[in-house]
Amino acid sequence: MCEKPDCKQLLESLSLYLDDEAEEALCAEIEQHLAECPNCRIVVDTLSKTMRFYHDHGHASLSKEARERLYTALDLNDYLRDSES
Amino acid sequence: MADSSITEATLNLDRLRAGDKAAFAQMVALYADRLYNLIVKLLGNPQEAEDALQETFVNAFRNIHRFEGRSQLGTWLYRIAHNTALMRLRTRRPDTISIDEPVTVEDGEMLPRQIYDWRDLPEDEMLTGEALAYMEAAIQQLPEPLRAVFVLRDIEELSTAEVGEALNLSEPAVKSRLHRARLFLRERLSEYFHERTGDHV
Repeated sequence: MCEKPDCKQLLESLSLYLDDEAEEALCAEIEQHLAECPNCRIVVDTLSKTMRFYHDHGHASLSKEARERLYTALDLNDYLRDSES
Repeated sequence: MADSSITEATLNLDRLRAGDKAAFAQMVALYADRLYNLIVKLLGNPQEAEDALQETFVNAFRNIHRFEGRSQLGTWLYRIAHNTALMRLRTRRPDTISIDEPVTVEDGEMLPRQIYDWRDLPEDEMLTGEALAYMEAAIQQLPEPLRAVFVLRDIEELSTAEVGEALNLSEPAVKSRLHRARLFLRERLSEYFHERTGDHV
């Protein structure tokens, strides 16, 4: 599984690649490798999906009650209503 | 939800520094949710995170005169939130540490082991409540230094430079930790989806 030297090298650069920060030559190298290596293709795609899942669903928000407790503790109750949309 | 009409640009820093309560309230409205997400990810306990959030704002208010405006206010607040949470982590008594010990992440362990292909599974079926809880638990397994970077960069959408400033890290260090965190989480999610779909080929 993904243990060829090429794959290891590619692995190092995957975040740069996914963040569009890889330089053109590196980018081309990565894409060429991905076209030939189905396992690395899976790793890249599932890595990207992992990032998206966390981006879309990974944010924990304060509950309404917790927000009220916070405002009370900070003596900001007068402003609580303003903070709610 | 915070009032979307308040932005960092509309916050009046002079009034904030002068101890103006309305300005402070605006700052809380703008940042409470974002800081809470970082803190709860670091502490893994909503109740303690609430306390730490409160402490963060008290510390911020007390020190706002030292905020020089060279960094963004948000970055400065994240730094205080991070330090406040770390302080709590350090003073936790050993017997209160979660039994889910964070796994150590050596570079060698970052090689992908799970090549299970879950790219094309239907998302609405994948993202059950159980899956979301698993995702949260997987974050808790990340070593703390990787966790803060991942949360700020990939969930809260700070830039590499901002994360570096908030956590006092160089940009290459941010990038390297972020990459290790992502690979770690990909591994955990792959294990989970592999197991759940029962497709043990």
